[in-house]
Amino acid sequence: MWEYSEKLKDHFYNPRNVGEIENPDVEVQVGSLTCGDALRLMLKLDEHQRIVDAKFQTFGCGSAIASASALTEMIIGKTLDEAARITHRDIAEYLGGLPEEKIHCSVMGHEALEKAIALYRGERASEEDLEEGRIVCRCFGVTDTKIRRIVKENRLRTVQEVTNYTKAGGGCMSCHPQIEDIIAEVWGELREKGEEAAAPRPRLTNIQKIAMIQEALEKEIAPALRADGGDVELIDVDGDRVQVALRGACADCPASKLTVKSVIEAKLHELVSDSLVVEEVEA
Amino acid sequence: MSAAGEVVYLDNNATTKVAPEVLEEMLPYFSEKYGNPSSMHDFGGQVAKKLNEARERVAALLGADPTEIVFTSCGTESDNHALRGTLESYPEKRHLVTTRVEHPAVRSLCQYLGRRGHDVTELPVDSDGLLNEDEFGASVHEGTALASIMWANNETGVMFPVERLAEIAHEKGVVFHTDAVQVVGKVPLDLRHGAIDLLSLSGHKLHAAKGVGVLYIRRGTRIRPLLIGGHQERERRGGTENVASIIGLGKACELARQTIEEERTRVKELRDKLQRELLARAPDARVNGHLEQRLPNTLSISFEYVEGEAILLMLSRLGICASSGSACTSGSLEPSHVLRAMGVPFSAAHGSIRFSLSRYTTEAEVDYAIEHVPQVVKRLREISPFGRGATDRDARMEYGRGSAPPGGGS
Repeated sequence: MWEYSEKLKDHFYNPRNVGEIENPDVEVQVGSLTCGDALRLMLKLDEHQRIVDAKFQTFGCGSAIASASALTEMIIGKTLDEAARITHRDIAEYLGGLPEEKIHCSVMGHEALEKAIALYRGERASEEDLEEGRIVCRCFGVTDTKIRRIVKENRLRTVQEVTNYTKAGGGCMSCHPQIEDIIAEVWGELREKGEEAAAPRPRLTNIQKIAMIQEALEKEIAPALRADGGDVELIDVDGDRVQVALRGACADCPASKLTVKSVIEAKLHELVSDSLVVEEVEA
Repeated sequence: MSAAGEVVYLDNNATTKVAPEVLEEMLPYFSEKYGNPSSMHDFGGQVAKKLNEARERVAALLGADPTEIVFTSCGTESDNHALRGTLESYPEKRHLVTTRVEHPAVRSLCQYLGRRGHDVTELPVDSDGLLNEDEFGASVHEGTALASIMWANNETGVMFPVERLAEIAHEKGVVFHTDAVQVVGKVPLDLRHGAIDLLSLSGHKLHAAKGVGVLYIRRGTRIRPLLIGGHQERERRGGTENVASIIGLGKACELARQTIEEERTRVKELRDKLQRELLARAPDARVNGHLEQRLPNTLSISFEYVEGEAILLMLSRLGICASSGSACTSGSLEPSHVLRAMGVPFSAAHGSIRFSLSRYTTEAEVDYAIEHVPQVVKRLREISPFGRGATDRDARMEYGRGSAPPGGGS
């Protein structure tokens, strides 16, 4: 069973502002039956663009219903400008936190709000126009635009994180390579603009560097290789040269060697340092 | 909590309560009679005697010989022992046959073995959750080491004709294993007159304790041990026996023999009542799985437009315990592999609830569920944007069996 906070449970068992508004100023829907959760949000505004009423309907699990309830409580009484500053983190915090795997519930709430504001302000002509981008995750209908935005906003680095935030990649998993490409692209852009992270990477001591390389290999790279009957072992680190030996199925396959080397290198660039060069050794 | 202030436990396929008689029989073996059954003194010897009695009681329930019973730590261990022990005995055979709807104890293991170079055939099921026997026959061949087909599905209760499948496997010289965790104690078995070579069962599914299981090994079956160590269990499973739990399992099997008739009469009648009334009171509901070839205690039912975890949380507050095949309850994002293999639309799979009864289930408990489940579904549909009808294009998805109460035998 999930560990839900008392506040979340309260918002699930006694959801605030459920229902419909007659003649709403704006109405949006995100998600679908197939995806397992959907949210319909309706807003009523006064002449100063202040949200005087908000109502919702949700199909989904406990945290999806609670997130929508929390969202409406948070935005009623706020102007659109004030509401636009609310993030999915604020929704999760309001509920006393969400389990990792349920972050997509607060993301869905935020998405509905964002969509409603854009629609009201006429930044989009119709609801359909918002569905831009190319579908990457077919299981849950998530577009590249959305994944790109979420990766950028939250500085996500792994497919698992993208799944936790957007559900993308949580179904048949066939889109994982595409999600990896998007992550790499976004980080490439961030690097170019020098916006990689709030804090720049600190200079590493040799010991720190080796420990981080070891951890990256063990946690991020080896599991994927092992799934296909291969493995990788760290042999030595000399300055920026990282020597690894491929094992099992990887070792017997000349074609996979090239791929594996570039995959390991990309991963180490991402997680440890951009200057690392991976070399394969027989050992 | 429920009207009586107690839990209405309708989740017996997940686990069962330890029968009071079972607990009573276990207790002395923690305190006074704590000897090791392998010891060369009477203090341990009395425990060994009692273990033998337990073995006889388990064998009697299965229709097997006591020497064919190996005690393990759980159903998962029994499954691992059966599959890995058989593959090790036939190193030249790299192929195994299983189904898409197995419990993770078999399914994840088969997927693992597949990644390790074994050739795995996963047989599909139809929309009722049934296997095609001809397809099974065509899938086994001389290169097949083992077929592992569950006896009854834990989510839907659908039963496979494993005795016939075992005969088909034998014609091709293939060892046949069945995960019978959900069947033992609910349906009478007679392994002596069948062809099944290996069978797994789990104590806590039939009112014994957690942490004890059995692998039945038909005499003459080639199989290597999984746990190598001492000489226990005729060198088929090393490790000091989980004495008290094994003795409890023996008692539970004896009780099951005495009460098994109740399963297909009283328990089945209660299950059928629950099914009939829920379908009548909750619109847009459907039963998952074949209505006849099914365990007498299990009901998997889908409520459209609502999500399973939300139903379970609301039921839990009312004191009702059940399970769901919804994605959100499992931590994965996709609904149950069993329902998907049956082609149940996602929209119905998300709202699936499994109720599983036991001989301790009372009519009052079933009536309590009949009263409250439709209210919870109605409440959640009021919150749901799809509750008013098909506003979303997904809501118009192809839709299988309707919500009318099933005709015939139920």
